[in-house]
Amino acid sequence: MSDELIHKTAAELADALAAGETTSVEVTQAHLDRIAAVDGSAESGVHAFLHVDAEGALAQAAESDARRAAGETRHLLDGVPIAVKDVLATQGLPTTCGSKILEGWVPPYDATVVRRIKEAGLPILGKTNMDEFAMGSSTEHSAYGPTRNPWDQSRIPGGSGGGSAAAVAAFEAPLALGTDTGGSIRQPGAVTGTVGVKPTYGGVSRYGLVALANSLDQVGPVTRTVLDSALLHELIGGHDPLDSTSVDVPVGSYVEAARAGATGDLAGLRVGVIKELAGDGWQPGVMQRFAETVDLLKELGAEVTEVSCPTFVHAMATYYLILPAECSSNLAKFDAMRYGLRVVPDGDPSAEAVMKATRDAGFGDEVKRRIMIGTYALSSGYCDAYYGQAQKVRTLISRDFAAAFENVDVLVSPTSPTTAFPLGDKLDDPLAMYLQDLATIPANLAGVPGISVPAGLADEDGLPVGFQVLAPALADDRLYRVGAAVEAALTSRWGGPILAQNGAL
Amino acid sequence: METLVPFDEVIAKYDPALGLEVHVELNTNTKMFCGCPAVFGGEPNTQVCPTCLGLPGAMPVVNAKAVESAIRIGLALNCSIAEWCRFARKNYFYPDMPKNFQTSQYDEPIAFDGWLDVEVEGETYRVEIERAHMEEDTGKSTHVGGATGRIHGADYSLVDYNRAGIPLIEIVTRPILVPAEKAPAVARAYVGQLRDLILALGVSDARMDQGSIRADVNLSLALKGADKLGTRSETKNVNSLRSVERAVRFEMSRHAGILDAGGAVLQETRHFHEDTGTTSSGREKSDAEDYRYFPEPDLVPVAPSREWVEELRGTLPENPTQKRARLQEEYGFSDLEMRDVWAAGALPLIEATVAEGTAPQSARKWWVAELLRRANDAGVELAEVGVTPKQVAEVQALVDAKTINDKLARQVFDGLIASEGTAAEVIEKRGLALVSDDGPLIAAIDEALAAQPDIAEKIRGGNHAAAGAVIGAVMKATRGQADAARVRELILEKLA
Repeated sequence: MSDELIHKTAAELADALAAGETTSVEVTQAHLDRIAAVDGSAESGVHAFLHVDAEGALAQAAESDARRAAGETRHLLDGVPIAVKDVLATQGLPTTCGSKILEGWVPPYDATVVRRIKEAGLPILGKTNMDEFAMGSSTEHSAYGPTRNPWDQSRIPGGSGGGSAAAVAAFEAPLALGTDTGGSIRQPGAVTGTVGVKPTYGGVSRYGLVALANSLDQVGPVTRTVLDSALLHELIGGHDPLDSTSVDVPVGSYVEAARAGATGDLAGLRVGVIKELAGDGWQPGVMQRFAETVDLLKELGAEVTEVSCPTFVHAMATYYLILPAECSSNLAKFDAMRYGLRVVPDGDPSAEAVMKATRDAGFGDEVKRRIMIGTYALSSGYCDAYYGQAQKVRTLISRDFAAAFENVDVLVSPTSPTTAFPLGDKLDDPLAMYLQDLATIPANLAGVPGISVPAGLADEDGLPVGFQVLAPALADDRLYRVGAAVEAALTSRWGGPILAQNGAL
Repeated sequence: METLVPFDEVIAKYDPALGLEVHVELNTNTKMFCGCPAVFGGEPNTQVCPTCLGLPGAMPVVNAKAVESAIRIGLALNCSIAEWCRFARKNYFYPDMPKNFQTSQYDEPIAFDGWLDVEVEGETYRVEIERAHMEEDTGKSTHVGGATGRIHGADYSLVDYNRAGIPLIEIVTRPILVPAEKAPAVARAYVGQLRDLILALGVSDARMDQGSIRADVNLSLALKGADKLGTRSETKNVNSLRSVERAVRFEMSRHAGILDAGGAVLQETRHFHEDTGTTSSGREKSDAEDYRYFPEPDLVPVAPSREWVEELRGTLPENPTQKRARLQEEYGFSDLEMRDVWAAGALPLIEATVAEGTAPQSARKWWVAELLRRANDAGVELAEVGVTPKQVAEVQALVDAKTINDKLARQVFDGLIASEGTAAEVIEKRGLALVSDDGPLIAAIDEALAAQPDIAEKIRGGNHAAAGAVIGAVMKATRGQADAARVRELILEKLA
């Protein structure tokens, strides 16, 4: 019974709850059991969770069941459990951002997205692992040990949201929240065979999201199906007066778009294949699955053309100036004075010494690296040459998108240049690690939405490949239409969802 | 110890460049970037939320009312209002600042390129305003355990974030180039006039003593005729008009002492000491100080519509300088009288008293000649002396009705300040009314004349001035409660 429950999608669970076939407590307990069975620890197992709140989740589930019994539900997903990336503030639950410097910090408030899922009645299973302050593409930069890819536990689950993606891929949670600054939802989605959506910038409130780079960050869903992402996106999306960058427009009809796409009709859809996001350095097995998926789109009636976005080749350099600049400022607040870690060195309890010792002990290498780069990039005399120039290139990247979207409805590319690589492989080579986000970064720089859907397994290693769809700002519904069409067509070819092919699960 | 050059010698040799940065704390209901109450005081850390505590994940949202106040200040200072501007992060460490950056405005202020005409001894000086921008206040530290209350020597420090995030407007002048001898007075007059303007706009309590208006005085000296500005010092948080003037004067003398000795003025911030009128070194501030400004990514740009700006222009009060000239004319005050009224900050009080029906000169007399002395003695602003314009009008009405005289009126004010009730109640309680019945007066006159028969002779002989001595005796006998004019009449009648 419980095995059956964990393999259901969120939409299926919602139906089962509505039909009275199961209860939220049963569903939640089933996932907690699965976590207990497979999640393991920093040393072994999937290690998707940094903190599991069994008690709280079951209490929320019991409340949901009581509501349903009384004939009230707050939302279609009322009672369906969810996992939350540890970068989102959760009142009463630890929030560490994968960093030692926030060890033990329990926020006195909820992020807006957390408040919304709580108000809708979704039990929160716990907080998922991540690269420290969301810096990384492998979840190996977590101060609490890496997450392992459920397909092959010697491999990375992507990053920074590897915990959320692995939790969903390992059936520990039907739904998860992630955050995507340069691809941290989509790239983990690609390498774990899950669906990950980065909504339009401003489409989902960032209030309570501990900022990595404020102008790039976006909260979004991680799920096993496109429809589930649409359901979650509609729940968390929409204007928030606490986030002045949140757009004040009605939430789109993503569920409707996903259902329309699932019928497999893409007649008249204009699809652009981004020329710059392919070629040398891209894994052949990834390119092969990508090409097949593009052909599939044609079969479904789409008009496919090749599109050039020449400035995308500068996206990586631009991103690695803007991001460190913003994060160097964001992380200045961690001064050991009010919360989190506090290291007092022997013999010198001055504020400066405490701050220095705490930061030395509390921040990992990647965080320190980016603080230094960002501080340099913003410093007087260099600001115009680096930060200022990066902002100009950012504008050009947005223009490339705008020009491309004059001729096509969506743009497509592989989500990640490679499948999941072995743990430790790129840990000492930051630049190689950064390349993982080559295809996802342009969307963050321009604020446009993107989705990664599973596109099969690479021939050479049998690991998942992601197919990325990008749409113009606020046209997130197109992601769901195209994503659902791809998902439906590929599922029928494979004879089932891709995660079912994972023998390790 | 610094060598101070006498002011006369400084101005003979050097020209100052003066710059003023004035911080105005706005009186909005809520803070600049969150919904916490923006009120002074309160138990420490009770008016705080994740945003003004800078907790991880919390985000700012701009207070529209603060933007409105900023625009109105900008318009009143004849500034252009930006069609589009942004907030920036000013990155530096400060123990009271929870985010370790201040959300401020950098190269895109809301208001810029304005001016304020300042009057000193009948001359008008135009002070050019470079910019007025929005920012947030910091929290407040208390250092415990040391002898001085300063951080050095303290055992520990406590931080109160109630003030963190209160909206501030910083108004920055261009270098004010005035005749050297006028620099201290122009600085004082500028801040004073700015304060009056802010008060008239109703956007701030404008209390210098409580820090809701604080001035930073930038000053440098250059030899007369030199075409280069000297190195400047920045004296922080000067909080009275008198202190502004003294700070300028002191810094001029101090700079001149250094320059005369062939030394170099350090670019640094300095503290002003009210008790001695001197400044002392704060921290050295070099050009290398790097705030790493960049646009605040959590806030959308501020783009006030032109319609709104024009609407706000329509809400501006009468320019205080013009108003001052108009009221001087209407009230018939001499220049000297007006200067005293102005310096005392009494004009709004006089205006309110006149509105209650009092003659302007009477209102002026009470506020500036009588109540100002009490305010000074008590160390409070005139408006807080404990008497309202309405009460002043009532007292004057009683004088006009001959219920009391000026001398008794002073005692009535004592009673009002001591909260003994209304003017009538004070008169009743203290038995201050004039003797209106002639009977007791005639008796007192008879007594006085009997005691000094020679005086009666003089008066009978036509020497009316001699009546003064009798009047004095009668006043004494009635404890000042006689109407002197009536006593005089009675004396003359009796001896006619």
